[in-house]
This record gives sequence, structure tokens and C-alpha cells, in this order.
Amino acid sequence: MELIMSLAVGILFMVGVYLILSKNLLRIILGTSLLTHGVHLLLLTMARLKNGAAPLLGENASSYVDPVPQALILTSIVISFGVTSFFLVLAYKVYQKLGTDDMEELRGEEDE
Amino acid sequence: MNNLLVFPLIIPLLTAVALIFGHNRIMLQRWISLVGSLIHLVVSCLIVRQVHHDGIQTLYMGGWLPPYGIIFVADMFAALLVLSTSVVSLACLLYAFRTIGQDRERYYFYPFFQFLIVGVCGSFLTGDLFNLFVCFEVMLIASYALIVLGGTKRQLRETLKYILINIVSSALFVAAVAYLYSVTGTLNMAHLSVRIAELEQAGILTVIAVMLLTVFALKAGLLLFFWLPGSYSAPPAAVRAVFAALLTKVGLYAIVRTVTLLFPYQPDLIRDGIGLMAMATMVLGGIGAVAYTNIHKIINYNVILGIGFIGFGIAVGNHASMDGVIFYLLHDMLAKALLFLLGGMLIKAAGTEDLREMGGLIKRYPLLGWLFFIVTLALVGVPPLSGFPGKMLMLRGGLESGNVLLTAVAVLSSLLVLYSLIRVFIGAFLGEEKRSEIGEESFKGLLAITFGLLVLLVGMGLGAEEIYAFVSQAGRILVTPELYVEAVLKR
Repeated sequence: MELIMSLAVGILFMVGVYLILSKNLLRIILGTSLLTHGVHLLLLTMARLKNGAAPLLGENASSYVDPVPQALILTSIVISFGVTSFFLVLAYKVYQKLGTDDMEELRGEEDE
Repeated sequence: MNNLLVFPLIIPLLTAVALIFGHNRIMLQRWISLVGSLIHLVVSCLIVRQVHHDGIQTLYMGGWLPPYGIIFVADMFAALLVLSTSVVSLACLLYAFRTIGQDRERYYFYPFFQFLIVGVCGSFLTGDLFNLFVCFEVMLIASYALIVLGGTKRQLRETLKYILINIVSSALFVAAVAYLYSVTGTLNMAHLSVRIAELEQAGILTVIAVMLLTVFALKAGLLLFFWLPGSYSAPPAAVRAVFAALLTKVGLYAIVRTVTLLFPYQPDLIRDGIGLMAMATMVLGGIGAVAYTNIHKIINYNVILGIGFIGFGIAVGNHASMDGVIFYLLHDMLAKALLFLLGGMLIKAAGTEDLREMGGLIKRYPLLGWLFFIVTLALVGVPPLSGFPGKMLMLRGGLESGNVLLTAVAVLSSLLVLYSLIRVFIGAFLGEEKRSEIGEESFKGLLAITFGLLVLLVGMGLGAEEIYAFVSQAGRILVTPELYVEAVLKR
């Protein structure tokens, strides 16, 4: 199971990096979200995907899954959600003010 | 247990929350943030005093003993950095009162500023790797807001790149945490240190160490500094000064902790890697600092030179050089803040960023000119000033350990600092006036603030003997991490 998940994470990283290297701003933002998806799945996978009950004491099971990575992922998800929403609004503002979403045209020292 | 440790985090946090209300009442905002910063300064002095008398202080959040809960640890290194953070933030806050402008003040400048301090102090004090990630994000998100606040075209463009690079490095950080958790099963730094020692630095741990170093090098601008020169020229001067003084230093602090606490057991590969990166950083930063005529670019590349120099000290890693790293970090935080504040005034006074269009400013602004000259000497490390003791300790450590080539590059990098900044001094302040149409700017209050910072720098140089008592206490823990582990885990 960990092997399949690792492959999935690898593919997510691959697609994410490919998208981040493109010119279009929206594709870059999509790439960053895929990258964070990959990272969160990696956190889950790295804590071993053993069988066990959900980490709720009311389940009265003999073994539970590791609760720590779930807490870490939850934290990381909200952080990346905040950053992604800021990034999207920034991209909107850049499009309004600079009139382009092409990263090649966003370089340069002149203007202002 | 010592509840004082959480105050450097809580005070700016509460100040920031209080500042969110009533964002139109600018005078109130200024007073609240000033009072918050002053209390922060007092508290960090108290922490330094306490650590000096009683050794490493720990705080277990919620009473959970390590390794189960989050802990805060103040050894001397962290305490000194928190103290210089509060000094720098106070100076930049006072500078911002006069320069930042009503529009920015009205749109939550002060809350963002305080949140940045929350993140920086949290990163210095935390004893947990994931908590370090969270504090990094607090700091970075505040810095995204500060860098783009105002919304000029240049700011928007540079913020895009800055955010993108930091999202990628944060993703890498989480991935490194995931790998480390799967190998060791813990996130507490002291406990990690013990577990890694038990595993005898297996190959996978070296890979993780390299991954963590890549992340922190991206944040610190050690070799991976390509984002820095552009990003640090976009926001206004007060914000630039905070960034240059604090953000990269947090990355360097994390590198020091990683190398000394987490992975001290097979240091050669990691240390050699950092040494090469530091050498390349000094060379490339030096080339950048002498290549441009844009003031922003020159002082930004001087930040990179400073980072390379500290990287050299970390790579050497014996007791003398670690003392030097701590001393130089403290000096560099104050001196870079001062350099950027003076650079902001210089650009304002000359009305242009281009050195070729400046000249003869010494007649109108003599005090500004001489302040700039003295901070240049301090950054180079001329003896009575504060840059000297740290540089001397690091160079001595470098020679003791036999890293002659690296030490030689470090000495030459000081010459490049001197050349690049003296070129600014000669070009901007001496010679003929080239733009006669510029009006007379009054810098009275701002000069008082920068003069205060300069007094601190001179005091650090003259009182090096007294400060060294604190610095060597910090350095001892960096070279013998067992002390840190014992203090945290109470064995």
C-alpha cells in the first residue's frame, strides 16, 4: 500500500513541478496546490498505513492509526489554504494592474 | 518551567490583535504598537538575564512533558537573538512612524508588522520541528502582506516570485518533516537529537539533513539567494530593513540548530557542503555588490555577502567560530537594519536609486553621510566597531581548523564589502552635486533613530568583552548539544 501511495505522491510532485515551471500564472498556482497535495499524502504515507481504528477512544479498538500525522496534515492544509487564497487574489490583482499573466512579461526593471 | 518564555510570542500577538480594531485611528495604532514593542524589549532583556544566571530555560506547553507536548526552549543563543529582534523591530517601527505613509498605516501595516515579530520570535524559541514550520509560516505570511502592501507594480511583480519560492520551500520542509518522522518517530528537537544519535546517522538521515539544509538555505539565501535581490528592493525602507535584519537570520538560525543539534554526529559531509555553499555565496554576492550602480542592488547583495560569511563560520564549526557566528549574527542584525534605513534615506534624499546620478550630498546631509561611512566600517569589521570581534573569532576558528582557502575567501569578501559600500559613499556623498533641483528633506527624527542604532553598534564593539561572556555561554551549547538535550529532557 505504501508503495502505491509513494508512486502517487511522486506523480503529484512531478506534475506539480512541471506546472510550476510553465509561463502561465494560473498553471503555476495549480502546480503549487498539487505540490502541497503531494506533500500531505506523503505525511500520511510516511507514518505507515497500518490497519487500525480511527483515532477516537470511543471506538474501543485494540489498535489505532497514528494520530500525530493527521494533526500535522490538518495544520498544513489550513496554512496552504490561506497562502493559496492569498496567491490567487494576488494573481488577480497582478492581472488587473499589469495586464498580463505571462511570467515572461513580468520580469524587467523599467516602468513605474 | 518558566512562563516568561512565551511572552516574546504573546506580547506582539496580543498587540497585533488589539491593532486590528480601529484601523482608521492612526495615532492610537502607533501608540499601541510602540508600547507593545517596548514591553517586548523589556521581556527579552529579562529572559537574557535569566538564562545568563540560571542556564537553559524550558517551558512545557500545557504541562505535557517532552517529547509529547510542544516545548519552548531558551538557551543563550535563542535569547540573544530574541533580544536583538526586539531592538531591530523597535528601531524599524519608529522609522516606520515617519516614513510609511497614511495609506499603508490605515491598511493594517502595524498588525502585520507585529505578526512578523510573532513568527520570528516563535522560530527562535521553539523546540519542536513542526512548530518551527508553523512559526515560519506565520512570519512568511506576514511578510507576504508587508511586501505587497501599497500595491505598486514593482511590489506586485516581486511578491509573485517571493510567494512562489516560499510555497515551494515550505512544501519541501513538510516533506523533510515527513521523512524525519517516519525514520525517528518524533518531532521534538532534543528527542530527535537522541534518536538520531541512536541510529548512528544512517544514510537516510544524511539525505534528510541535506533536504532540511536545502529548505533553510532557501529561506536564508545561502547560495539559493536568486529571489532575494529583487524581492528586497520592492517594499518601503522600514519593511526592507526588517526583512534584511530578521528573515534571512531566521533561516541561518535554523541551519545552525540543524547542524549543531540534530545532525552533529557525521558532520563532515554536511559541513563541507555548507562550506562550499558559503564560498559560492561570498563570491557571487561580492560580484553582485560591485557590479551594480543601483543602491537597492548594492545593499541587497551586501546582505548576501553577510549570509555567506556566517555560513563560513557554521561550516568551520569549532568553538571559536561558533562564538564568532553568534557575535556576528547579533551585529549583522543591527548593522543590516541600520544600512537599509540609511539606504532608504539616501534614496529619498537623492531622489533616485541610481548611483551615477548622485553626488555631493555631504553638503546637504553631513550627518547622514558620516553615519553611512561609520556603518560601512562596522560592516567591514574595522576594530573599534562591532563587526570586528565576530569576524576575528570566525577567522581564528577557520585557521585553527585548517580551512585556509575558505578563510581566505572570507577575508577577501570583507574587502568587497568595503569596496562596494565605499563606492556608494564616494559616489553619493562626495564630488559635485549632479541634481540641483532636489529640495531639502528634513531627516531629524530619522537621524535620531539611526544614530541610536549606531550607538548600539559602537557599544557592541567597545563592550565586546562584556558581551563575549554571553556569547561564549551560547557557543558552549552549540558545540556540546548534550547540554541542550539534558536541559530539555531532564535526564
